[in-house]
Amino acid sequence: MHDSQTTTVEHEAHNPALLHHFADAQQQKNAASLGMWLFLVTEIMFFGGMFCAYLVYRLAHFNAFAAGSQQLSIWMGATNTAVLIVSSVTVVLAVKAAEAGKRKLLVGYLVVTVLLGMTFLTVKGFEYREKFEKHHVPGPTFKFTDTFDDNGKQIPVNPKEAQLFFSLYFVMTGMHALHMIIGCGLFSVLAVLAWKGHYTPGYFTPIENAGLYWHLVDIIWIYLFPLLYLISRHS
Amino acid sequence: MASIGIPANQAPKTNYLNNGHSLKSWLLTTDHKRIALLYLISVTVFFFLGGFFAMLIRLELLTPQGDLMQADTYNKVFTMHGMIMVFFFLIPVVPAVLGNFLVPLMIGAKDLAFPRINLLSWYLYITAGVLFLHCMLTGGVDTGWTFYTPYSTAGSNTNVVEAGISVFIAGFSSIFTGLNFIVTIHRMRAPGLTWDRLPLFIWANYATSLIMILGTPVIAITVVLVAVERLFHLGIFDPRLGGDPLLFQHLFWFYSHPAVYIMILPSMGVVSELVACFARKRIFGYKFVALSSIAIAVFGFLVWAHHMFVAGISLYAAMIFSFLSFSVGVPSAVKVFNWTATLYKGSISYATPMLYAFGFIGLFTIGGLTGLMLATIGIDVHVTDTYFVVAHFHYVMVGGVLMGYLGGLHFWWPKISGRMYPEGWAKLSALLVFVGFNLTFFPQFILGYVGMPRRYWQYPPEFQVLNVLSTAGASVLAVGYLLPMIYLFWSLRYGPIADANPWNAAGLEWKTTSPPPTFNFDETPVVTWEAYNYDEIPQKELEAPVAR
Repeated sequence: MHDSQTTTVEHEAHNPALLHHFADAQQQKNAASLGMWLFLVTEIMFFGGMFCAYLVYRLAHFNAFAAGSQQLSIWMGATNTAVLIVSSVTVVLAVKAAEAGKRKLLVGYLVVTVLLGMTFLTVKGFEYREKFEKHHVPGPTFKFTDTFDDNGKQIPVNPKEAQLFFSLYFVMTGMHALHMIIGCGLFSVLAVLAWKGHYTPGYFTPIENAGLYWHLVDIIWIYLFPLLYLISRHS
Repeated sequence: MASIGIPANQAPKTNYLNNGHSLKSWLLTTDHKRIALLYLISVTVFFFLGGFFAMLIRLELLTPQGDLMQADTYNKVFTMHGMIMVFFFLIPVVPAVLGNFLVPLMIGAKDLAFPRINLLSWYLYITAGVLFLHCMLTGGVDTGWTFYTPYSTAGSNTNVVEAGISVFIAGFSSIFTGLNFIVTIHRMRAPGLTWDRLPLFIWANYATSLIMILGTPVIAITVVLVAVERLFHLGIFDPRLGGDPLLFQHLFWFYSHPAVYIMILPSMGVVSELVACFARKRIFGYKFVALSSIAIAVFGFLVWAHHMFVAGISLYAAMIFSFLSFSVGVPSAVKVFNWTATLYKGSISYATPMLYAFGFIGLFTIGGLTGLMLATIGIDVHVTDTYFVVAHFHYVMVGGVLMGYLGGLHFWWPKISGRMYPEGWAKLSALLVFVGFNLTFFPQFILGYVGMPRRYWQYPPEFQVLNVLSTAGASVLAVGYLLPMIYLFWSLRYGPIADANPWNAAGLEWKTTSPPPTFNFDETPVVTWEAYNYDEIPQKELEAPVAR
């Protein structure tokens, strides 16, 4: 080791997880979590652009957005919301298990989290299939004949504006699903590493940071669900 | 070899340059200094490529009629010039080369907080660059660097998607650099190096990094939306399909205006270092200069719509954005006035880096003041999309960013390479750059003010004299840029050996050997002094270690 500071951190000199350029494990952990929080900030800005577009177009084409929203399957959306909330709980339990050094429990919670993530993606797949069947996928085959219900008065909707709603629906949920896929891959790798005993009560930063990522992806869905499925429903 | 204050035998046997000679030891390095050199080589390649397109533009504009190329080619050429210079040169140049090299050294750290992510940044940059080159060789793009919709999504039949993807990837390279810097500056400072003892270059890079992580994701999603719209014929920005092209401009400039501060802030940091060192004085109003960087980063996010005064935003919004744009002038002026005040009663010497610093201060002042003219709605409406705008942002981007970069590169060259550059040639090239630059771009202020629009390949004959001056200036400028590349390369082998601190400068980077060892410091330094404590450092003959 090229570490000239080993005198001050002797008890940590043999920690295999400590990288050479950090003075001690605490500094390394602090750096990693600050880095993760900053990455989450960039994710918020990334999704923020789409939320901004959604807001602008919802205000501009309210009737079409409300009518489009009625066409989404609220039950599948609600199921997925529940699945994600439960998965966030299992992530928290996984971090707790890592902290306590319970290896098998940790692996178990990580695997359950991945399975819940895959459940979410499967349900999402069925939702997308429904959109294909109803010709609600933007493009040449797009059809939209529904009307906007204004207190019983049926107002026709411009299909181009409805297509804009579904464009944003697919871009936003698609980008979210991509993050879910990455999250499932990440947690699978962590589960394997945890099984091999990489994480100890003294070092489980990757579990914590991956957990932060998972929670953020979860929170983004918590905003997507009401925006896309709920807020335009009257009945 | 000239006499050197500190014995040259201080150079360690192994330093970061000779610690491993294989290609693998460079391409898989996690040493921030080696990654800085990888960036140095790659941004230089892109700079000369972008410069090549600039020369094509100037050659075409030598005569009023289109004789070198026709409109379609010209559109592609200025687009290539803009995209390469903005995304592959100006944004990464100072943070990724000088920042990468200096941030850990200046704060007494062994490396950046995430060395592997740092390497990943460079690979992302290279991936984006290769993709862009492929896009260029297979037909190029003609949207202008701004990707304005609906032309980019429904009009242009060039390779917009590929260019968009490459900008997206380059953006992530930039995000990771910014993230790395922020974490490093927060968590890796040497004992005793408090925030108010940090070099101003660090403050400037910190402010830059804030913009990188807050702004870049927005351009990323914007080009994703453009690509998706183009590929799947969605109507997100297409007015025929219910979309709003103005939304694109808002999202685009939300990043791309702050992006000009990504470019200029690190160069401002360089100039703060240079002015203090070559005036042998603590910088005047240290805290104000430091906080003005943060203020520029914050205000920079509130002014984007001044690019859209003629795009159809409401007059009310335009007035607010005009006012906010003026307010950016305050922290910028704080910097200029404080540099000038630092010079007052300083013992100034005129080594090449200082010449570049003077060039920066003068040219940035012109670029900044014309920026205030453009923030005035009435003038902006008059000169929108004319050469006045072109001249304005080249005064900031080339006269500012590039002057700061070259000044910094000369200043830290002995630290980077362990060799001195040839001072005489360097002074000559600094002079050529300054004269050539003004000759190129000052006529463009006049051209724009009398009405020559930008982005045209031909123009009425009465504009020819000024265009010929501009093209002549560009030729001088090209020589001014080629010279440093030649003599810096030459100095790697033949330059006099530099000692640890050839300028007798303050700052931790000068307290280790030149070139530094792989882990920067043999012992982690403990800082007990304020930044720029030049009154405590004796001045030595600055000309001594320099080749004559």
